[in-house]
Amino acid sequence: MAETKDWGMLAEFDTPKDIYHACEAIRDEGFKHWDAHTPFPVHGLEGAMGLRPSKVPWIALAGMIFGATVGFTLQWWSMAVEYPGIIAGKPFFSWPAFVPVTFELGVLFASFGTVFGMLAINKLPTFHHPLFNSERFKGHSDDKFYVSIESRDPLFDKKKTKKMLKQLGATHIEVVAEEA
Amino acid sequence: MSAHVKAIDLSDAQVPAGSIWKKLPLVFAVLGIAGLALAFVTAGEDHKQFWYSYLTSFMFWLSLGLGSLFFVIIHHATRAGWSTVVRRIAENYMITLPVIGLLALPIVFGGMDDLYHVWVHPGETDLFVQAKTGFLNTDFFTIRVIGYIAIWTLFAGFFYVSSVKQDTSGDPRLAHRMRRIAPVALILFALTITFAAIDFMMSLDPHWYSTIFGVVYFGGSAMMTYAILALTSMGLQKGGILKNAITTEHYHDFGKMAFGFMVFWSYTAFSQFMLIWYANIPEETIWYYYRSTGGWEVIAALLFILHFVVPFFFLMSRHIKRRNLTLAVGAIILLVAHYLDMLWLIQPTMHQHGEPHFAMHIADILAFVGIGGVVLAVFSWRLGAAAAAPMKDPRLAESLEFENF
Repeated sequence: MAETKDWGMLAEFDTPKDIYHACEAIRDEGFKHWDAHTPFPVHGLEGAMGLRPSKVPWIALAGMIFGATVGFTLQWWSMAVEYPGIIAGKPFFSWPAFVPVTFELGVLFASFGTVFGMLAINKLPTFHHPLFNSERFKGHSDDKFYVSIESRDPLFDKKKTKKMLKQLGATHIEVVAEEA
Repeated sequence: MSAHVKAIDLSDAQVPAGSIWKKLPLVFAVLGIAGLALAFVTAGEDHKQFWYSYLTSFMFWLSLGLGSLFFVIIHHATRAGWSTVVRRIAENYMITLPVIGLLALPIVFGGMDDLYHVWVHPGETDLFVQAKTGFLNTDFFTIRVIGYIAIWTLFAGFFYVSSVKQDTSGDPRLAHRMRRIAPVALILFALTITFAAIDFMMSLDPHWYSTIFGVVYFGGSAMMTYAILALTSMGLQKGGILKNAITTEHYHDFGKMAFGFMVFWSYTAFSQFMLIWYANIPEETIWYYYRSTGGWEVIAALLFILHFVVPFFFLMSRHIKRRNLTLAVGAIILLVAHYLDMLWLIQPTMHQHGEPHFAMHIADILAFVGIGGVVLAVFSWRLGAAAAAPMKDPRLAESLEFENF
């Protein structure tokens, strides 16, 4: 690697219990740019981290409203405005016939909103992340639990943060670098 | 984390002796008998009005018994965890089925001429109905209704007795037996609720038929049951019963299930409507014609709004379902919608050979109070007779600790 700078700090913990309490403490300190990495879902960790409820439901709702509106207006415009034609002796604007397509497009765009909204919020796809520069970080998919704190966090201070993590029971602490 | 394993106090699961709950059966029974008697009196010479009012309320309250039976069967068939603590409340509603079954007998032995005149005495030129008299005749109808009552009583009795027995013995084999019986019960439940809806409601107009009719009634029944279970749980907790055992998580699930079956009802009811509207065959559309003229179009619009649009957007958010007050508002909207549904399905037939017009009679309200009184009298009597939760069910602990994500 050529030029490098500090991306942040990585602390390793041995048990779910340790990381749970560490997260509670970091949350209470007021850190903003940090994350926890565990090999399996630790029940209640989102509460210990103080995460706000996901925004995905709102994106799904917006997708649903968008899809349903598009489905309905498209049919209304084509069937009643631009290409009116008599079908089965029914009025041009026959709303009951429009419901299935409206419903299906609503469902389709709600699903799009859910999947792509989730990907966007998670910043996926990301091809590389500075954390993978750390050799030890491989343990996050095996038997170790990690907390990473980014250096861009206003509360971040190399010495103080390291001390805090040590007090919280971290078994190993290292500074993670990224390409400048 | 399992850091918050707390012992939940279940000492308030027994209705205390001498409390207001113990007096409720008597109050409801008096209300029930008075309501039915007054409905009969106020309908006066017009027996037709009485029987239509009676049938509307009967189908509404039958929904509660059948929906609760469904709740219990599904609980066992799927080995559900979350619903264990509230299962006894559903069981107490389920055990009203034998009594509400008895309330069907007056229809069979007194109301047939007024309600089902078209097929009890088919017209000489009415070839459509004459061809159906192999199924739609008084004798076979009577046998079928007695069959429904027998099957509902059998399963309601079996699940109720086994569950209460477990309260003292704690025998896990009882749970296993209920789980083994549940799939059989589910099949017979589906058949009986479909045929009952067809016999009691669809045969009011025997020229018309819809194969999805029973499913629509089932959707509404399940929806109204979850709404009532939520309201009942709130009432019990206000009265000091199961104060810590029923949590926001259980209310959230009631809300989810009521929401789901509300959408299911809308889906099936609209499917029925759209196919008939699209095909545009006179003997099919006439059924909707009676229900969209003479004031009934207002009820139809209210059904669309209160049975779908308002609850769909209102109950969608988890925050609404997790707050008792807002969930109660949603549940009440769904109950009103279910009653309107019964009214709209049953009563337009009353005047169909004159001008169809919407009019509510005082007997409608009195019959509603009457049959409701009888049902709630049985419910509150059973509530006081056993613990308010299945105390020794093997999955009770799972239910108490259950959390939604």
